Amino acid sequence: MTDEITHHLTDALLMAYSAGTLPEAFNLAVATHVSMCDACRAAVESYDAVGGALLAETESQEMAADALSSALVMIRDTPAEAPAPRPADIPAPLAGYIGGSLADVTWRPVGMGVKQAVLKTSPEATARLLYIPAGAAMPDHGHKGLELTLVLRGAFFDEDARFGPGDVEVATEADEHTPIADIGEDCICLAVTDAPLKFRGWLPRLAQPFLGI
Amino acid sequence: MKSAPARADWVAHVIRIRDARDETAFAELFAHFAPRVKAFLMRSGGDPAIAEECAQEVMVTLWRKAHLFDPARASVATWIFTIARNKRIDVLRRQRRPEPEDLSWGPEEAPDQADIVTLQQESAQLSAAIARLPETQRELIQRAYFGEMSHGEIAAATGLPLGTIKSRIRLALDRLRHAMK
Ligand SMILES: [Zn+2]
Ligand SMILES: [Zn+2]
Repeated sequence: MTDEITHHLTDALLMAYSAGTLPEAFNLAVATHVSMCDACRAAVESYDAVGGALLAETESQEMAADALSSALVMIRDTPAEAPAPRPADIPAPLAGYIGGSLADVTWRPVGMGVKQAVLKTSPEATARLLYIPAGAAMPDHGHKGLELTLVLRGAFFDEDARFGPGDVEVATEADEHTPIADIGEDCICLAVTDAPLKFRGWLPRLAQPFLGI
Repeated sequence: MKSAPARADWVAHVIRIRDARDETAFAELFAHFAPRVKAFLMRSGGDPAIAEECAQEVMVTLWRKAHLFDPARASVATWIFTIARNKRIDVLRRQRRPEPEDLSWGPEEAPDQADIVTLQQESAQLSAAIARLPETQRELIQRAYFGEMSHGEIAAATGLPLGTIKSRIRLALDRLRHAMK
């Protein structure tokens, strides 16, 4: 699966993920893409190596005299962790946010067959799963901040570009777009934003289902 | 001369913890890394008492997760950095930290010794390369990693010499994926 991914995260996002400064919702999108993409995993792990180099050359702060002995008490008390079980149909980082698998998601309709499920994260950014029926369009919209849209199932088109499973579209203030689900299969995406979307017009325009691309 | 590392790379210590629950190895790692983790957490905004407690917990996590350490993909300092960073997000920001799916080596597919040596050498070379960066860029990178920059500001700090270590990690991942098939 990993070699088919053609749309990746930016270096700035990968580094911010490694440095630990992204909002939780963005961490979720990065961790999910990285679970599916070895190129970005290698990039994150090399940014982690930068963190390791900085930690190694940090000045020291003396620990309390009994710090080691209390740590030894803690390690004697606790068994080694068992590896977490691998979820069946979605990458592991998402499983914890939706209660196990895609079958457990509680979808809410948002019009024209599109459904969403908002995931519980810290409030600086929002993560939602989107369910777009085959051939349907998302409302035409612009962005006040950063938006990541990661495909989990199916595919969507945005202008000439096709985004399939594992691909991530990075949209910023400069972009206005109308992603349209591929005709072959319903599309499920993880969409993350750090500012509300700007819909064209005074009320969100409902896009027409778009068939026969 | 060439084969002797200038300083301990600590990999053998973590292996001794993983395979033999070796408390002496743990004590030596603790003496070296706990004060650095404490300094990292203090610079990231933790008060000294919280940083002290968290540094202890980071080292305890190392003990518990020793079976997940992959020396073909990370140095011990890198691995401890990731645990300390997650602790910072958990305690100082009170957030969950979604992590990528684990790709741990099964018992039959232990990484090749030569891969481990090369990765550890390249980690040391990366440290040296960072030390040689112009002062202003190094300062920017430190601020990013100590949590003093927002994610929007980080783009300015991303120009790092990651080429060889990135391809080394990619190679280790390829071999791991191949072994898992
Ligand atoms: Zn990628
Ligand atoms: Zn958008």
